[in-house]
Amino acid sequence: MLDILLPTLIFAALVLAALGAWRRVRLWRRGRASKVAFLRGLAAMPRRYLVDLHHVVARDKVMANTHVATAGGFVAALGLAVIVHGLGLAEGMLGWLLLAASATMFAGSLFVVRRRRNPPARLSKGPWMRLPKSLMAFSLGIFVVTLPAVGVLPSGFSQGVGGWLVALLLAGVVAWGLAELVVGMTWGGPMKHAFAGALHLAFHRRPERFADTQHGGYPSTGLKALDLDDAEAPLGVGQPADFTWNQLLGFDACVQCGRCEAVCPAFAAGQPLNPKKLIQDMVVGMAGGSDAGYTGSPYPQTPIGEHQGSPHGPIVAPASTKDGKALVDAETLWSCTTCRACVEECPMMIEHVDAIVDMRRHLTLEEGATPGKGAEVIDNLIATDNPGGFDPGGRLNWAADLELPLMADVERAEVLLWLGDGVFDMRNQRTLRALVKVLRAAGVDFAVLGNEERDSGDVARRLGDEATFQSLARRNIATLSQYHFDCVVTCDPHSFHVLKNEYGAFYPPGQESSYPVWHHSTFINQLIESGRLRLAPGQASRVTYHDPCYLGRYNGEYEAPRAVLKALGVELVEMQRSGYRSRCCGGGGGAPITDVPGKQRIPDMRMGDVRETQAEQVVVGCPQCTAMFEGVVPPTGDEEVAVKDIAEMVAVALDTTPEATLAPRDASTPQATEEVMS
Amino acid sequence: MQPEVTTMPALEVTVLVSVGRHPLTGRTRRADQDARGVELARSLADAQVRLLHAGMRDESSEAALRGYLGMGFTQLSLLEQPEGADVLPALAEALDATSPHLVIAGERAERGEGSGLLPYLLAERLGWPLVSGLAAVESVEDGVATLLQALPRGQRRRLKVRLPAIVTVDNAAPAPRQSAYGPARRGAFETTAGPVSDDEEWAAWQVQPARQRPKRLKIVKAASARDRFKAAAAKAEGGGGQVLTDVSPEQGAEAILMLLREEDVLR
Ligand code: SF4
Ligand code: SF4
Repeated sequence: MLDILLPTLIFAALVLAALGAWRRVRLWRRGRASKVAFLRGLAAMPRRYLVDLHHVVARDKVMANTHVATAGGFVAALGLAVIVHGLGLAEGMLGWLLLAASATMFAGSLFVVRRRRNPPARLSKGPWMRLPKSLMAFSLGIFVVTLPAVGVLPSGFSQGVGGWLVALLLAGVVAWGLAELVVGMTWGGPMKHAFAGALHLAFHRRPERFADTQHGGYPSTGLKALDLDDAEAPLGVGQPADFTWNQLLGFDACVQCGRCEAVCPAFAAGQPLNPKKLIQDMVVGMAGGSDAGYTGSPYPQTPIGEHQGSPHGPIVAPASTKDGKALVDAETLWSCTTCRACVEECPMMIEHVDAIVDMRRHLTLEEGATPGKGAEVIDNLIATDNPGGFDPGGRLNWAADLELPLMADVERAEVLLWLGDGVFDMRNQRTLRALVKVLRAAGVDFAVLGNEERDSGDVARRLGDEATFQSLARRNIATLSQYHFDCVVTCDPHSFHVLKNEYGAFYPPGQESSYPVWHHSTFINQLIESGRLRLAPGQASRVTYHDPCYLGRYNGEYEAPRAVLKALGVELVEMQRSGYRSRCCGGGGGAPITDVPGKQRIPDMRMGDVRETQAEQVVVGCPQCTAMFEGVVPPTGDEEVAVKDIAEMVAVALDTTPEATLAPRDASTPQATEEVMS
Repeated sequence: MQPEVTTMPALEVTVLVSVGRHPLTGRTRRADQDARGVELARSLADAQVRLLHAGMRDESSEAALRGYLGMGFTQLSLLEQPEGADVLPALAEALDATSPHLVIAGERAERGEGSGLLPYLLAERLGWPLVSGLAAVESVEDGVATLLQALPRGQRRRLKVRLPAIVTVDNAAPAPRQSAYGPARRGAFETTAGPVSDDEEWAAWQVQPARQRPKRLKIVKAASARDRFKAAAAKAEGGGGQVLTDVSPEQGAEAILMLLREEDVLR
């Protein structure tokens, strides 16, 4: 009886799964073309799964072990079941191995059951609630039907009427397990993540992010360039089919674990964004339908079931259809600060920020619908090369007394100091003065571009204006190429990221960027380590350090600022969310410009984190963060926490005893070093 | 009897657009007031809007004109004119030929002469009425447009004018929408060579950047914030002048002529 039923069930499930897989692949192929190294990707997939994916999963130890047991047990059990029960080859060890595999899987599924008993809000409910039962059904069913095959139970146990019933029951249990775990894998059940996830790892749009980070690999965080020369290519993503096929595949890989939701600052602030829901909406759009089947947390302030889409329908309803709803609302896309916390946490390696910026590109470049002050900022960037619309001839006004050497005059310097648009901001000018003081104290030969510098293009790009970004990038590159310098140093992590990771694609053919770019915290740390900068330690303050997203998650620099603080001798208390889990200040991605309302403000929440540490000062390394934090009004009764850039911390700790002071190599302006803050 | 169903012919609107100039950097751009004119035209129901520019076509002017296309147009009519040409005859001829119902222009150009006279000269040539400083077009019915004219300090005056007419907008009109790169890039120029008339006087002129004119300081002696506010919000009081009501056109013209002589405008 079971000898006939089991092979039939197994092969039927496999055939159905293959059919589903074919349909699913056709869905993905609605997307645009994207070049991938096909075979190399497939070959690299196991390693990407075992190393990179588990590196993320392992941040939650219990869940990691659960997953290893359940998934590992399942893959082994399925493979062996095909051999043992499908082909009837139970010889030797095979049956016993199958027993072991299904037992392991069963053990794992018990943990899944436990987690599902009181699931946290970030987990989806609905079909996901039955998954633990299905896992148990499959593992138990396979375990029991394998017992006769290894001789533990007599093979004739399913004879007679009672036996028949037992056999039918067992077959039913196995069928349930197979339906969920094998058929459901390709027909859109919860197990879809395994099928799509494996292929997503193989054909990931950023294969370089799997490079071995211990051996010179780097986080792949620069946005992909839009080809503006190709008049046919869509400008960004206006409908789900405008995504590349492997992006669509990536969306399908989401396991709805909600880790992204849990870390998203916009979600926590009550702005209408939830990265998990966004990815699920893209899946809805790709397959066509409404979001009514979604069982996780909604976008704050937005009920579920009112939005729908199709592969070739608009993602955001055009402005002409008043109150129209499509797949997502524009506010959802504009709430994102591009902080990458979601990407960092996602075990399925999904690239939320790429998708959001792709959709913003369409809104800005095709619809002309950048909200808030966005249009004004972009117009300013086009007309004056800075977002504030200031006179580009006044970039050095703040430094009139510092006599900064200009690249145009010296043509060659050790360091090109990239000042950024903070030159127009009085608060950031204090940071810049401090940085100049530090560089001079260390005798660094530096020069600035002065009025030749333009905005790096960061804001334009995150607002979706790829055209303005590329124009700024190309002109900045042309300027940089005229001069000789060993490295670029900047106190703005956004300029830092763009210069370091995003300008490479815009060098004229045959040229490439040949200089390292450093954030000032890294460079100052180098100066300290090499003994060029002497500090008089003894600042006895209690500080905490806020990792800027564009320095930390985007560029992996967590150590240098902490090393500098250590050299200063201050007491560093970490916030609960620091390092790669640092929470955004709310200033990135043009979020302060588009200004989507929420229940609270992101910088207020982050300053709450700061206050929890009871630090007297919060040290930052980004003009944007400084501005956001200084804009926070402390709760009544609480003392104001001072916001200090790391350069300011160093500038007041310089050891100015004569023997420590090196003669500046560039002796043009010794007098200016004195009066920088105290 | 069935009521007669008349299908309203679409309102044909032509917006005169020019190449603007950013006040700080001097880069070419869509001129702000002209863009407001385009925005005004876009807000009219059932309007067929045509963009018209007379001037040179080169790289920088093309980039600026594409700024208007980016407001959602597929084409822009371009009367090609050499630099320094007087565009008035060409524009008048083109408008005469297409006979739109409404012509919208900015108050004054951001480059070139920028005298703000062009709409008046056009109106004179075409024999059309002109309304300046428009804030909104409220409605168009039976060939009569109801307009809202902006006066200083937020006041508005409602006017009715028979079409065809020329109207100009200034900063009181709604701000223009964002210009999007995609439509701007795709938009086409429909180029026609209009009649060229050289502006001989212009050729003889010497052009130099304008100096900011000194402003007379308004000294307010006010003790309280309320007084200061009142002073700031008060209507400018012209010294003298007279209000003429119920006078014949001749008497009115006589009075204006006298004033112009007094002020040395006419000699
Ligand atoms: S996008 Fe990633 S982190 Fe977010 S729910 Fe899906 S799998 Fe989890
Ligand atoms: S990048 Fe940051 S703000 Fe944007 S969706 Fe991800 S977590 Fe949320």
